[in-house]
Amino acid sequence: MASSVFRTLTAPLRHAGRRQLSTAKRTVTLIPGDGIGPEISSAVQQIFASAGVPVDWESVDVTPVRGPDGIFGIPQSAIDSVNKNKIGLKGPLMTPVGKGHRSLNLALRKEFNLYANVRPCRSIDGYETLYKDVDLVTIRENTEGEYSGIEHEIVPGVVQSIKLITEPASMRVAEFAFNYAKANGRSKVTAVHKANIMRLSDGTFLNCCRVVAEQNPDIKFEERYLDTVCLNMVQDPSQYDVLVMPNLYGDILSDLCAGLVGGLGVTPSGNVGMGGAIFESVHGTAPDIAGQDLANPTALLLSAVMMLRHMELTDLGDRIETACFDVIREGRYRTGDLGGSAKCSEFTNAICDKL
Amino acid sequence: MAGVVGSTSLLLRTARAFCGPQAAAISKLGSTTQARNYGTDRSLARYGGRSTVTMLPGAGIGPEMMGHLKEVFRYAGVPVDFEEINVDTSGTDAASMSGAITSIRRNGVAIKGNIESRSNQPGTMSHNVELRNQLDLFAYVLHCRSHPTVPTRHPEIDIVIVRQNTEGEYAMMEHENVPGVIESLKVITLSNCERLARFTFDYALEQGRKKVTAIHKANIMKLSDGLFLETMKRVAKSYPSLEFSGMIVDNCCMQMVSRPEQFDVMVMPNLYGTVVSNVACGLAGGPGIMSGKNYGAKYAVFEPGTRNTGSAMVGKNIANPLAMLNAGCDMLGHLGLHQHEQLIRQAVERAICERITTPDAGGNQTTTNVVQFIIDDIKENTRAAR
Repeated sequence: MASSVFRTLTAPLRHAGRRQLSTAKRTVTLIPGDGIGPEISSAVQQIFASAGVPVDWESVDVTPVRGPDGIFGIPQSAIDSVNKNKIGLKGPLMTPVGKGHRSLNLALRKEFNLYANVRPCRSIDGYETLYKDVDLVTIRENTEGEYSGIEHEIVPGVVQSIKLITEPASMRVAEFAFNYAKANGRSKVTAVHKANIMRLSDGTFLNCCRVVAEQNPDIKFEERYLDTVCLNMVQDPSQYDVLVMPNLYGDILSDLCAGLVGGLGVTPSGNVGMGGAIFESVHGTAPDIAGQDLANPTALLLSAVMMLRHMELTDLGDRIETACFDVIREGRYRTGDLGGSAKCSEFTNAICDKL
Repeated sequence: MAGVVGSTSLLLRTARAFCGPQAAAISKLGSTTQARNYGTDRSLARYGGRSTVTMLPGAGIGPEMMGHLKEVFRYAGVPVDFEEINVDTSGTDAASMSGAITSIRRNGVAIKGNIESRSNQPGTMSHNVELRNQLDLFAYVLHCRSHPTVPTRHPEIDIVIVRQNTEGEYAMMEHENVPGVIESLKVITLSNCERLARFTFDYALEQGRKKVTAIHKANIMKLSDGLFLETMKRVAKSYPSLEFSGMIVDNCCMQMVSRPEQFDVMVMPNLYGTVVSNVACGLAGGPGIMSGKNYGAKYAVFEPGTRNTGSAMVGKNIANPLAMLNAGCDMLGHLGLHQHEQLIRQAVERAICERITTPDAGGNQTTTNVVQFIIDDIKENTRAAR
């Protein structure tokens, strides 16, 4: 995957690796999650073992615990684990409804300063949707923008929500986007914005993208309004390659693109931060099918493949991905959400057999 | 607060309570066969049986489309005079926009293309936003329908999108507190939410719709979208015959590209409105056919649905005139000129059914061919009527 990007971002990490033996295993923090999380995590572990991936799993639980100051937060052991390993794989988490719990996903993001969310969306051969030939990547600024959570009620009945855009964050994600494009053989980066209305905020984001574009003349750069992108995306998604945008537009567009290729059940996702990266499946916990061996581990598996490429184990990543797509294409072992009737374990075993 | 004495008086009372006495007009929701009375009490300029309507051609393909609209209206014998106003788009003349707004206040109804605001300088307001804010056009209604002859992946779309049109993310209040740190304010007010809610449910009832879905992101923006959603839920209780539900905007977009048939009426704040309406138009076959209606308590402005300038198509004779013609028909309906409205709508429907459309809608005709076909159809029908 983005080998050169992560080279710069994870320099201290690589030095740590070099000091070890070349046959030494890397430790990866595994957050199984809730609902179907544990079963799909063990499916991924089984597949990795079959492929002979040199990875040790360190499982942690991120259920919020009451800290010494009375505030709920991620347990310190989980934080220490991810900080030590710098790489994590996360299953679906359930955010409990109620006061006092911040969204867990948001908390993880803030804790590890995961500033870019990368979601490659590619049409899956064998799982047909109405949209063919989708092959794009959405890169979304993950820390600020509309999701800053800064809201006030000014007078009763008038509420304001603040969208925060800063130059450093915009530059960071723009540079990441161009580096990703270069490292992955992509030819075009599109900045999605609404600078005709939000002139200062989206204007700043756009300027940062323009500055970085000038420093990368070999990648084509274009800027498009959000509404134009939405309109064109549902008519002809093949015209887009890499999309970079602030938080809210990214949220909406990345889910839109996931819908084009078949939904969250087959979409991988990676969050990149200054100190490491966490790869996750973005679907829900599906409590209704939890524990019944019916879940589809494809999303988590593809995210794990992204993780392997990040760790520069590209060959292994490619082998596992090919095996997964082959099984889906052949059609004999597909889980319920892909239109088949295989169990999760059957699907997993089929992939292991291919490896 | 209001008893259900008769639907009109109930609407009148609720309108007065929220919008003040002037907006009592908004309550008189006629059926589709009567004149829609938003603002007719006070504002329509009608003299000698002819109405005057402000026309703002805007930029891009706007002037071309307006030309075609005027031609079609002439052949249909529509008793409407257009007061054409060209807004200065370079942004240096503040007075030209206010001239346009005064004209609309005088006439009560307008039809417009997309007005370009060429300077994206912070501090100057976008002309389109200014128009909507000054005239308090708080609701934007877009009816997205797929047609059997227009190529689309989803043949069963029939969605009405109601979008808050004046506040939310388009408040255009931004500031830079510290160099490099910019804050943009999104404002949501209770009064606008309530107005929009009542408008939406009344509109849904009038059009015979069954289900209203509120689109929001209240799990993240708990106060602002939370207020919007709470208001919707509260107002929904007064309309028990309509099914109401909420959906988060990203999930909504994902559902729309896989199963758009599940949506009936959708209501949402401003920014999600732009996303959802463009997605819906794209799904239903493109921006060339749909038209949108901006409603306020006193004024109404009609325009092509997706507010695109279409600058890539200027002068090439390939832009789709049907969006502007449909906007014209909406306007005629609003003015109560239903015979003319039906005449032109029938011609437009015939053009679509017989695939006499421009390339974006699946045909291979030029703009002028499409317009000529419609004019010929009108001539035939008016001759037959004589």
